[in-house]
Amino acid sequence: MATTTPTPSAAKGPAPRGAAPVRRRPRGLGGSRGRALNFWLFTGPFLIGLIVFVYVPIGWSLWLSLHNAQGTVTPTEFVGLGNYADMLGDGDFVDSLVNFTIFAAIIVPITYALSLTLALLVHRIRFMKAFFRSVFFLPTACSFVVASLVWKMSLFNGLRYGMMNTVLGWFGIDSIAWLASPHPPWYWLVICSARLWLQCGFYMILFLAALQNIPRELYEAAAVDGAKPGWQTFRHITLPQLRATSVAVVLLLLIAAYQAFDEFYNILDEGRATWGRPPLVDLYLQALGANQDYGHASAGALILALLIALVTLVQGRFLGFGRGDEK
Amino acid sequence: MGNTGLYLALGVATVLFLVPFYLIVRNALSTDADITGESWRFFPTDLQWGNVKELFDDPSVPFAKALWNSTVVAVLHTLGTLLVCSLAGYGLARIPYAHANKVLYAVLFTLMVPAAVTFVPSYVLVSSLGWVSSLRGLIIPGLFSGFTAFLFRQYFLGFPKELEEAARVDGLGYWGAYWRIVVPNSLNFFAAISVITFISGWNAFLWPLVIGQDQSSWTVQVALSSYMTAQTINIHLIFMATAVSILPLVLVFVFLQRWLVQGVAQTGIKG
Repeated sequence: MATTTPTPSAAKGPAPRGAAPVRRRPRGLGGSRGRALNFWLFTGPFLIGLIVFVYVPIGWSLWLSLHNAQGTVTPTEFVGLGNYADMLGDGDFVDSLVNFTIFAAIIVPITYALSLTLALLVHRIRFMKAFFRSVFFLPTACSFVVASLVWKMSLFNGLRYGMMNTVLGWFGIDSIAWLASPHPPWYWLVICSARLWLQCGFYMILFLAALQNIPRELYEAAAVDGAKPGWQTFRHITLPQLRATSVAVVLLLLIAAYQAFDEFYNILDEGRATWGRPPLVDLYLQALGANQDYGHASAGALILALLIALVTLVQGRFLGFGRGDEK
Repeated sequence: MGNTGLYLALGVATVLFLVPFYLIVRNALSTDADITGESWRFFPTDLQWGNVKELFDDPSVPFAKALWNSTVVAVLHTLGTLLVCSLAGYGLARIPYAHANKVLYAVLFTLMVPAAVTFVPSYVLVSSLGWVSSLRGLIIPGLFSGFTAFLFRQYFLGFPKELEEAARVDGLGYWGAYWRIVVPNSLNFFAAISVITFISGWNAFLWPLVIGQDQSSWTVQVALSSYMTAQTINIHLIFMATAVSILPLVLVFVFLQRWLVQGVAQTGIKG
C-alpha cells in the first residue's frame, strides 16, 4: 500500500505560506487524481474483502445452484433450474419455509408488542430507569446457544426437575414433555420464549430512543385539545410518531426470524427433528450433512434470498419504506 | 396506570427476565444431585466452587482452549472490522470521486443479501483456501460487513466538516486528517460499534460451527453446543461452562452500558 501513497501534501509544490489574507485551498486535495487515489486507499481494502468474501460466494452459489454438485464444489454436470425445482418439490425444504412462516407469525408481533410495552413503561417512570433498562437489555449478552441450553436443560426440561414442570406441579398440573413430539406443538413455546427473552431488550432500546425524540409539545397540544392521556394519546400521537422505527423494527425482526438457526439447531437435537426445522437448518444439513449436496443447498439459499428480498419489497410498498423517516 | 402499577409491572418483568440468569448460577454451583433432585431447591445445599476447577480439568471438551479461541476471534474480529469498515465508511462519505456512487451501490447491494444465506458458498470458498479449522477462517471472512461500513458512512456524513477543513488548511491530507482529527473526535461512536461487534463476534454460532471442525478450533459457543448432545458430561459442568462463557459479556455490559445502549440506538435509528 505504501507505494500508492505519495502523500498529496508532499507531492504538490510549496504553498504560498506568506500570502496570509488569501484563504488557502487545502493543499493537494483539489486534483481528481489525488482524490481517486485517496478514495481507493480508504475503500480499497474493504472492497477487496467484499469481493472475495461476499461477491465471489454469491456468484459461486449461483453457479453451483445450476449444477449437480453432490460431494464436489467443481461440478461438471449442468442441470439448469433442476435444483430449484427439486428444492421447491422437496418436502423438507418446503416444510422449513412453512415452519419459518409460523415462527415469524408468532415471534414478530409478540416481540414488537412486548418490546414496545417495555419501552413505554421504562420511558414513563422517573426512578430506576437505568436499572430496568439494563435488566431487560442484559439477555442480549447471552448467545442463542446459552439460551437454548438453559431453556432445554433447565427451564423446559421434560423431567420433573425442569423449572416449568416444577412450577406446574405446585398447581397440581402434570409434567409436560416439552420437546418430545410435535403434538401438541409445545416446542414452539420453548423456542419462541427463548428468542423473546434474548431479543426484546434490543428492540426496546430502539423504541426508547425513538420515544425520546417525540416532541413534548405534541402531547401538550393534544392535552389542550382534550385528548385523554393513555390510549388516545398513544394511538394518535405516540404510534404515528414511532412509524419509522416500527417499520425498521418489523423488518429487522423478519430478517432475524428468517435467519434463525442457533436455537432450532440446539433445542431440537441438531435439527434432526424434521418438525420445527427452519430453512437455514435445512440448508445446513443439505450442505454439510451426509450428502454434501452443494447444488441443492445453493439453490435453496438463493430461493431464500429471493424470498427475503420479496418480503422487504412488499413491506416497503405497504408500510412506506423510509417515507416516515425524518432524515 | 398509576405509579405503583407501573413499578409492579416492571418488577414482575424483571423477575421473569432474570430467571434464566438465576438458573445458570444456581446450576453452575450445584451438584448434579441438587439439580435433578426430588424436590425443587431454590439454592444449592452447598455452593460447589470446585465446579470451576472441574470444568477446566475435564479432558473431554477443551473448554480453556475454546475460551482462548473465542477471545482471539472476538478481539481480532472487532479490531479488524473497525479498521476496515471505518476507513471504507469515511471514503464513501467524504472523498468526492467520480465512481464513488457505484461503490456505494455495491456495498448497499450486499445489505440485501443476508449473510447467513451465503454460508454454503462461503464455506466452500474458505475450505478451498485451506482455512477450515483455523483462526483465519473464523475471523477474516467476517470482517467485511457492508452494514458496519454503511453505519460508519452515515456517521461520517454527520461529522462536522469544519474540523476536517481546518486540519487540511494546516496541510494534512485525507489520511492525516482522518487519523489525527476524525478518529480522535469519534471515539464514542467507535466504542459503541466495537462493543456491538465484540458481542456479535463472541456469540456467533453458525459460522464457527461450520468452520470449527477440529476440537482445537472450537469457540465457546460450539463447545457449549457440543455439551447438549454429549452423553458423558455432567449437568453442573454444562452450566458452569455457560456461566463462564457469559461472564466476559456481562462485565462488558456493566462497564460499557452507556455506549452499548447508545450504539444500539444509533444502529436502529440511523441505519
